[in-house]
Amino acid sequence: MNIYVLVKRTFDTEEKIVVSGGKIQEDGAEFIINPYDEYAIEEAIRVREAHGGEVTVLTMGGEEAEKQLRTALAMGADKAVLINTEDDLDEVDQFTAAQILADYLKDKNADLILAGNVAIDGGSGQVGPRVADLLDINYVTTITKLEINGTQVHIVRDVEGDSEVIETSLPLLVTAQQGLNEPRYPSLPGIMKAKKKPLEEVELDDLDIDEDDVEAKTETIEIYMPPKKEAGRVLQGDLSNQVQELVQLLRTEAKVI
Amino acid sequence: MTKKVIVLGEAREGALRNVSFEAIAAAKKISSGGEIVAVLLGDSVQSLATEMIHYGADRVVTVEHPHLKTYTSDGFSQAIMAVVQSEQPDAFVFGHTALGKDLSPKVASKLKSGLISDVTAIEGEGADVVFVRPIFSGKAFEKVKIKEGIDFVTIRPNNIDPLAHDSSRSGDVSAVSVEITNLRTIIKEVVRKSTEGVDLSEAKVIVAGGRGVKSEDGFEPLKELARVLGGAVGASRGACDADYCDYSLQIGQTGKVVTPDLYIAAGISGAIQHLAGMSNSKIIVAINKDPEASIFKVADYGIVGDLFEVIPMLTEEFKKLKAN
Repeated sequence: MNIYVLVKRTFDTEEKIVVSGGKIQEDGAEFIINPYDEYAIEEAIRVREAHGGEVTVLTMGGEEAEKQLRTALAMGADKAVLINTEDDLDEVDQFTAAQILADYLKDKNADLILAGNVAIDGGSGQVGPRVADLLDINYVTTITKLEINGTQVHIVRDVEGDSEVIETSLPLLVTAQQGLNEPRYPSLPGIMKAKKKPLEEVELDDLDIDEDDVEAKTETIEIYMPPKKEAGRVLQGDLSNQVQELVQLLRTEAKVI
Repeated sequence: MTKKVIVLGEAREGALRNVSFEAIAAAKKISSGGEIVAVLLGDSVQSLATEMIHYGADRVVTVEHPHLKTYTSDGFSQAIMAVVQSEQPDAFVFGHTALGKDLSPKVASKLKSGLISDVTAIEGEGADVVFVRPIFSGKAFEKVKIKEGIDFVTIRPNNIDPLAHDSSRSGDVSAVSVEITNLRTIIKEVVRKSTEGVDLSEAKVIVAGGRGVKSEDGFEPLKELARVLGGAVGASRGACDADYCDYSLQIGQTGKVVTPDLYIAAGISGAIQHLAGMSNSKIIVAINKDPEASIFKVADYGIVGDLFEVIPMLTEEFKKLKAN
């Protein structure tokens, strides 16, 4: 089976976000594979272990994303591809990203494409479904279970806490929800092997893409921090009085009850 | 410049979701006086049309088809694209719900348009409209505009106030008939797991538990409090990882991002990843044995104490309040 995983390099979830000059400060920040993409990588490896084939991890961005691709290779992916857009594109939105990824994938005959259901930085969750639409293949988002039998696919999907049981078929794009699996940590032999695995770098010139055709449709005009919350009140006194006071405060001061 | 805006109404178990009315209010700002056309898709949605008009839609277009009874991206996108053909809108507003998240990128892709997801506020109107959305799960915000083409946004539930319900409003309701073919997804079954029908993302009150809840049974008093307040139960990652509850309840950077009017955090220490999922709630109450817990830093009101003592007392107080 020919499997691709769409991966994004994101800020570590532990990082404090600092905005200066209207931009998120990246200096010294730790970067990771987007946590939802880790579920996608893990599932891709499991599908390959069960059905054979090859797992290729694909990302776009700058050279520094090689680190996350190597991590994916160390987990067990077979090949990695970086579409380096650093010199060609200033502003990338979901339209841009999907156009580029789909252009790369269009002649790859992928049977299965996996992605995270959302990236924890931008948080739009658009790229997976957009890529599927551009490739004219079906997609299922926020999956928590995947079973493949020939070309038949059995999926359980999370829908705001409820579960949908779905039948569909390959070729298919799915996006991973938490609960799909428990991603493995790269093993030491895995890390050693990953150094020798192929990591290909392509640029927009290598693809069939004119920069003007993928120009972002949206523009970020400002980034800012939410207003700092003033320290709240820790209630004092006898516990039952505290509880009564809290109910009063919620009713008369906060007016939420 | 006025804009013609399409709003997708979304029904759940036969009733329109609140976010549909919030979407009309959002559309009103974007339209700058232009027409607001609500679209309803399903196997039987005609009866819901008046409600959309009472909440501010000028007109309603319905598409009814047996294949639209349950949502599929193929079915719904075919229906929407047929409506686009006849209406030629300048803008779209969907709810940022499971359905909206799944459908909007596909429709945006077909329209070759931008899409601004998970909008929590709208500034300006008409041609100068700017959309505010959280990034890094609410640790920061960005203001975004559409550079060219259709204004297409999904709005986060609970953030934009709906317009006042006005039962004197009337408007045209028309039906479009659409061929729905080639559905590639078959939904065999829907297993309902969510607590008593109150969806976390739309809940006005959330009672959330963390590791301090200690067990699956430990969630019972939280459920009782949520029931009394008409709210939903949530959880921290710690509680989910420890198998005290289902991952569908998880609130945080991974998991759901929620903005209820009242968030009661019980036995939650307040890791930065959890705060990212709830710190924009209107009022936060923290209940924790540890006075140093970080959750108190974002809480409006805090009680230092054992949740198994405090929560049942709170439940009793609210019951009394309700009885009066």
